[in-house]
Amino acid sequence: MVAVRGLQKWFGPLHVLKDVDLTVAAGEVVVVIGPSGSGKSTLCRCLNRLEVAGDGSIEIDGEPLPAEGRKLARLRADVGMVFQSFNLFGHRTVLDNVTLGPVKVRRVPRAEAREQALALLDRVGIADKADHYPAQLSGGQQQRAAIARALAMRPKVLLFDEPTSALDPEMVNEVLDVMVSLAAEGMTMIVVTHEMGFARRAADRVVFMDDGRIVESGTPDEFFAAPSTERARDFLSKILQH
Amino acid sequence: MDALTAHLDELGHGLVTTVQLTVVTTLGALLLGVVVATLRVCPVPLLRSVGMVYVEVLQNLPLLALLVLFVFALPTIGITFPLFTSAAIVIAAYEGAYLAEAIRAGINTVGVGQAEAARAIGLTFSQSLRYVILPQGLRAVIQPMGNICIALLMNTSLAAAVGVVELTQAANNVNLVEAQPIAVFTGAGLAYMLLALVIGRLTGTLERRLAIVR
Repeated sequence: MVAVRGLQKWFGPLHVLKDVDLTVAAGEVVVVIGPSGSGKSTLCRCLNRLEVAGDGSIEIDGEPLPAEGRKLARLRADVGMVFQSFNLFGHRTVLDNVTLGPVKVRRVPRAEAREQALALLDRVGIADKADHYPAQLSGGQQQRAAIARALAMRPKVLLFDEPTSALDPEMVNEVLDVMVSLAAEGMTMIVVTHEMGFARRAADRVVFMDDGRIVESGTPDEFFAAPSTERARDFLSKILQH
Repeated sequence: MDALTAHLDELGHGLVTTVQLTVVTTLGALLLGVVVATLRVCPVPLLRSVGMVYVEVLQNLPLLALLVLFVFALPTIGITFPLFTSAAIVIAAYEGAYLAEAIRAGINTVGVGQAEAARAIGLTFSQSLRYVILPQGLRAVIQPMGNICIALLMNTSLAAAVGVVELTQAANNVNLVEAQPIAVFTGAGLAYMLLALVIGRLTGTLERRLAIVR
């Protein structure tokens, strides 16, 4: 579903992605972990071209990522993204946030889009907030609304860029629960996160990045029980000791 | 006082012309402002330059000079408009440049995340602008836009210089007959003040009505 080959990315003199290869099969859930500044968010953002890679190739569902323009917009419609800071449209109600894409991009009739949106909001557990504005919701509710907004496009892949990092601890689980249920339904997901519990529970594969490279990749059981690289062992020992 | 009451008809006509000029010009300037601000933030370098040149040229010339040039220079190459139309075009173009800068500032207040989220659901650049960025950016600058509209109202008096009989010109004409500048121009001034207060009230109401829940 997603094929990344030889991806390079520079921010000025800073080399943030160094020859990254990553293949994600349809229905697979890949969790990307690693220390801050390791390039995991950048990798995630390159996948729908919010960041433009310096070199290398990215294919989504067999199609190479097009350059800026209408074709790219069409591809992005198929690649959902959930951000750390939710980024719900502040001037629109939750319902209007969810229907905007289907109505304007997919040309779904308004009534139908509304019905689907309400079903999705019900699914993520905030149907009663449909007519509220984002600022009237808690962080966890906002992030669930953002997931509903992404799902409304019926994406082939969902990208999560640290979806729970901006949340109060007690709201993390309500978002993770939604993500776990999506994973169980066979959604193809790439999740950048620090939630090791989620990785253990829902990931088919854990990818560990450090300093712009994928250092290690394996099933959650392998990775958490016996990481094969020194760097991964070091990272895990630091985050798991408390 | 008699100087005013004896000429209510002329002054009234002037006032109506001023209001007409202000309304027409504000609408034109708003449209231009949105278009030019859009050019200034669009991803195509050439269009960005066009927007920048527009703003630099129109903001950096006196309105009076622009009016005189438009009304007296264009006929030499065979282009003539009625005086009211000429004044409306020039003032709209001029205030459009100021509005464009205010609107651009509004666009810049909208977080990068909003544009990214818009693009991430597959909206094109113009769709993101129309459905996500402008609705929020414009709300942020309603007050400064209102101020520019008040400045626009005051600037319509310059149309007198190219022969449009608006309120200031009407007052001037009355004064030529009555020779009572204090009464006549105080009266005209109060009328301008009243109009400005109306614009101020309108922007205040708009700002409150359209406020984004935060």
